[in-house]
Amino acid sequence: MRRNKAACGLRRQGRHDAYARLTFESSHLIEIPAPMLRAVLLFPLFCLALLSAPFAARAAMEIQVVGGAASQIAVAMVPFQSAPGQPAPALTEIAGNDLERSGQFRRVDVSGAQQPVAPAQVNYGVWRSKGADALVIGQVAALPGGRFEVRFYLLDVIKQTQLAALSYNISAAQWRATAHQIADIIHEKLTGIPGAFSTRIAYVQKQGKRFELRVADADGQNPRTVVRSVEPVISPRFSPDGKRVVYVSFEDKKPVVYAQSLQDGSRRKVAAFKGSNSAPAWAPDGKRLAVVLTRDEASQIYLINADGSGLTRLTRGGNLDTEPVFSPDGQTLYFTSDRGGSAQIYQMPAGGGESRRVSFSGSYNVSAAVSPDGRYLAYISRDEGRFRVVLHELASGQVRVLTDTARDESPSFAPNGQAVLYATVLGGRGILGTVGVDGKTRARLSESGVDAREPAWGP
Amino acid sequence: MNKVLWPILIALTLSACGTTGSTPATVEDRTGGTTATTATTAAKPAGADSTGVNGNGVAGSVLPGEPGDPRKNPASPLSKRSIHFDFDSFVVKDEYRPMLEAHAGYLNSKRDSRVILQGNADDRGSREYNLALGQKRAEAVRKVLSVLGVSEAQMEAISFGEEKPRNPASTEEAYAENRRTDVVYGDE
Repeated sequence: MRRNKAACGLRRQGRHDAYARLTFESSHLIEIPAPMLRAVLLFPLFCLALLSAPFAARAAMEIQVVGGAASQIAVAMVPFQSAPGQPAPALTEIAGNDLERSGQFRRVDVSGAQQPVAPAQVNYGVWRSKGADALVIGQVAALPGGRFEVRFYLLDVIKQTQLAALSYNISAAQWRATAHQIADIIHEKLTGIPGAFSTRIAYVQKQGKRFELRVADADGQNPRTVVRSVEPVISPRFSPDGKRVVYVSFEDKKPVVYAQSLQDGSRRKVAAFKGSNSAPAWAPDGKRLAVVLTRDEASQIYLINADGSGLTRLTRGGNLDTEPVFSPDGQTLYFTSDRGGSAQIYQMPAGGGESRRVSFSGSYNVSAAVSPDGRYLAYISRDEGRFRVVLHELASGQVRVLTDTARDESPSFAPNGQAVLYATVLGGRGILGTVGVDGKTRARLSESGVDAREPAWGP
Repeated sequence: MNKVLWPILIALTLSACGTTGSTPATVEDRTGGTTATTATTAAKPAGADSTGVNGNGVAGSVLPGEPGDPRKNPASPLSKRSIHFDFDSFVVKDEYRPMLEAHAGYLNSKRDSRVILQGNADDRGSREYNLALGQKRAEAVRKVLSVLGVSEAQMEAISFGEEKPRNPASTEEAYAENRRTDVVYGDE
């Protein structure tokens, strides 16, 4: 798997590119009021909740990593140097945690060694003797206008060559984003596969009787609440461009599919037909969605435009069909159905047509996600009463269990296909976890005192 | 026609519909109806609110809402609102026949009344799949009411899946309690 790309010399990234990639969207919060009576009764509480929300939203997730790939790449990361009196953000800590979470990397202890900030200062012998395969060094310099320049170098210790060198011009709000980009580049240069550390996840958090739909960085940090409701919210899904999120809200006393802009917070009902409306899945073009409606018969799959127009029915037959998901080329829909007498994964052409059963082992296989290359499904499989994440290779039909928990739900692939995000229950509490597709590395993203569920990995 | 439905439909057709609409509404219910308040979590605050009004049980006091509403008479099958299902089952059991006949009679006699059939599931497995399972339980009840003459326009079958458990515990008892459909009237 290791495919070192050619050393690229000092490559300054164009400013525009860096800006574009680092610009944060402002997420506007949708506050769904409680029913009137409750709103009046709980008004003081409600205000308190509003006041405390900004603090709660910054509560950090703890990350625990278990296991790792058989042959990990050893990376030495020297803390980036700042001028005295200047901020010294934990860039190498954040990037190092990212890399460790992937399971592909092992960090080398850098204490007591030289602390170079530029390639010319590096004594490769020192790092070779510490067992490092790669070395990351860098520095932070203050710029006028409260901005900063972050320079970083990735060096191949064995070949004594430079693999990457980049400079970022950032604001103080972009430390974490910069660290994730550095981790992405290190991952790509050393494994040949782009990192997915600069991506985001969505999940639903339940605290008492309050539900919050949150969007956070892929490491669970920097969470922002985009919907707050006293009624349940389930099944969030990022649009392919990451600018919108669809979800199912029960605020109308029944399940209704909403689409919401993460840029300005505006939202609309995509599907609010008679009966239940649920299980939205974006088509890869971001213009259409597959949804599950019960307006004609129990739980059937339909296509609908993202603006709620152009409804087309896809499945028929009166069985339970749900959890549709598109293949990356948009040609195939995978879904869950009980048509064979138990819950199994099926596939059908996205334009409609004959369906075919995909999962065969066991009596309960649900919640399929498709890998970005379209070659694998991840889904939840019940075996001896345990619900676990499995990886199913479509070409061979080979199925491998990835997790060792018992109440797993909602798997979704990392945008680079290297890990699966899922929800599980530990100690009676809902938590989020990631597992490498090799099944060897598991990481838990958890925040004390809250119940997290329904995760979705986005761009 | 769904084969699951036939046994109950035949049973319903054969039975005399003596209970329909004939409930003597002499006992006034001042509690607001315990089954109704447990039917949805949203109804709970209203139920809690009403306890302050009722005070010392003065007979014959005028209620907010409809005095003498047969749906709130504990003696009437109309006050029964929950249909429970066996594990992995969507068959409406025989024991719910009188209750559903009563509701069909009420709905047929009041064509402007609407009813929401709220299906529920226990919390094992996928939330979306459980939403669909709850929907099947709601649809099963809808079909029975439909055969009993209730107009489709008066009914909406929806599902809460596993999202609004009546009993949040992880026990077989709790699971059984959560596998059900609740009958909730639009004006309640």
